[in-house]
Amino acid sequence: MKHRGYYGSFGGAFLPEILIPTFDELVAAYENARNDPAFWNQYQQLMAEYSGRPTPLTFAANLTRHFGGAKIYIKREDLNHTGAHKANNVMGQGLLVQKMGKKRVIAETGAGQHGAACATMAAKFGFDCTIYMGEKDVMRQRPNVFWMEQLGAQVVPVTDGTKILKDAINQTFRDWVTHMDTTHYVLGTACGPHPFPEMVAWFQSIIGKEARQQILEQEGRLPHKVYACVGGGSNALGLFSGFMDDPVDLVGVEAGGKGIDTGQHAARLSSEDASPGIAQGYKTFFLQDNDGQMKETHSISAGLDYVGVSPILAHMHEIKKARFESATDTEVVDALKLTIKTEGIIPALESAHAFAGAFREASDLSGDQIIIINQSGRGDKDIFTVAEALNDPEWKTFIQKKAAQYHA
Amino acid sequence: MTHIVMGYPSFDDCHDMVRQMVAAGVDLMELQIPFSEPMADGPVILKANQSALERGATVARCLTFAKDMAARYPIPFLFMTYANIPYRYGMAAFAKTTADIGLHGAIVPDLPMEEGADYIEAMHDNNLSAIQMFSPNTSDTRMEQIADVSSGFIYCLARKGVTGEDTKFSPDLVRYLSRCRNAASVPLAVGFGIKDRADMNFLKAMADIAVIGSQTIRVMEEHGVNAVREFIQDLFPAA
Repeated sequence: MKHRGYYGSFGGAFLPEILIPTFDELVAAYENARNDPAFWNQYQQLMAEYSGRPTPLTFAANLTRHFGGAKIYIKREDLNHTGAHKANNVMGQGLLVQKMGKKRVIAETGAGQHGAACATMAAKFGFDCTIYMGEKDVMRQRPNVFWMEQLGAQVVPVTDGTKILKDAINQTFRDWVTHMDTTHYVLGTACGPHPFPEMVAWFQSIIGKEARQQILEQEGRLPHKVYACVGGGSNALGLFSGFMDDPVDLVGVEAGGKGIDTGQHAARLSSEDASPGIAQGYKTFFLQDNDGQMKETHSISAGLDYVGVSPILAHMHEIKKARFESATDTEVVDALKLTIKTEGIIPALESAHAFAGAFREASDLSGDQIIIINQSGRGDKDIFTVAEALNDPEWKTFIQKKAAQYHA
Repeated sequence: MTHIVMGYPSFDDCHDMVRQMVAAGVDLMELQIPFSEPMADGPVILKANQSALERGATVARCLTFAKDMAARYPIPFLFMTYANIPYRYGMAAFAKTTADIGLHGAIVPDLPMEEGADYIEAMHDNNLSAIQMFSPNTSDTRMEQIADVSSGFIYCLARKGVTGEDTKFSPDLVRYLSRCRNAASVPLAVGFGIKDRADMNFLKAMADIAVIGSQTIRVMEEHGVNAVREFIQDLFPAA
């Protein structure tokens, strides 16, 4: 293992000795794939026929009129097979797993989108699959658990620590240090030890490549700003990567939870609450106390509820290559409602953070300016959370009746 | 070498365990500074870490406890913790404090030599051991590179997996430990999964230091702090 995978002072590979040979093998497989144009072609072909790519870039005429500022476009990652950008990463890693000759995949999941995508990939490629999911998230996202199990995956609720995404990641690593010979860990975001941040960002770069080409075709010019929500950071890096060398503002929107002042949020880059640390195999900004113990995070969206953030984004934040904002749970629900009513599009709660961040700024821009919002996933999976947030009386009655049926 | 998680179940109980271990003949101890994300630890030590933190085991409190133990008992003590703890404390400051309070070194499982240059240098500057690890899938070449930056002893993981699971003491293990012996001139400690006297007898010829980690914590949880001494004494081959 060489000293690599650094973005400024962030990144690295802080691995237990037992995993070093596994990572050497993974790095080699990844570098071979990256240097082989045939691999990317195979990947694009797979994503076209299995996941419906390229996903559309939708002009949001009604939202544009509503805000009376910039022209608003939406990159439709929700239209991927399995309903989120997570498909891009899992299918890419699935191809790598085939090349490495492994037969089993394991993954962590927060909202369940990555787990469901991974279970789908495993079903298609014929791999055994185990998904680790925080017990709290299992409660929040039962429908995704149901589908993962139908897809043949074993879903293991994680009852350690804070019982959310970070704890699921630790547990997946514990599985991996035991079964690395047969098993690949399909990490779901651009975090963790090298090569994961770089590799996941590479697979997700398909978003930005398409978006850039599409906006040039549809408008003949580049956008002024692009917005993406930031949990681990993979959908943001996917979109941003298309505009790295362009004069485009890259805006990441983190989970403001109940408000930055309350301390109950997951804002690592857009608040003063996070600091550099080392955990889960990499160095980045973590929400931690002075001793270095990780804090509890909060977000209405399980997928953004994470203590760390991609080291690539941490570096972009430090060199001011990207700007980071946050949106509170309340702002997110408002943005979600508006988007559903005006455009007939249902973003995931995660993605709705990007919408909320963009809506805040859209009116200040002029009509000849363009913004792109990354709709990283679809929101119908969030029906339980959203219905609760909207306090919908009919929904409550339905659930009560349904529960009574099961009691009978 | 035995292992305790500082602050679990309480600092007073930890002191009792140290006292009993020393009385039972333990001649080297790991004092773990708990961390919220103990990636390499299995369920027993993982829960001990969480519980210690919930009960308020801060780094400062752990340092005070370790200083007290080092002053009271005539055996060498080492810290065990994860990289973020010394990183947040400051690598140089952590090494200096470790030396000042009379500990002999540290084991940091998520700080491989490629990432740990600052840490290893700071430890060596203070005449402390920065204990490195071998694992069964570490290549011969890498073992030699690791041995080059090692001091004190080398911690040989007996198997894949996390702490506290069963280890099969097999011919593969014999071959692996002889690879370890060839690569390193410092003593070898073997850990992960030692539970009884049969395991100890097996290791006696192969290694210099036997590591008893999760099992003492299990014994303490099941039979109370006072059972620790007997458990350890039973491990030693009859004289």
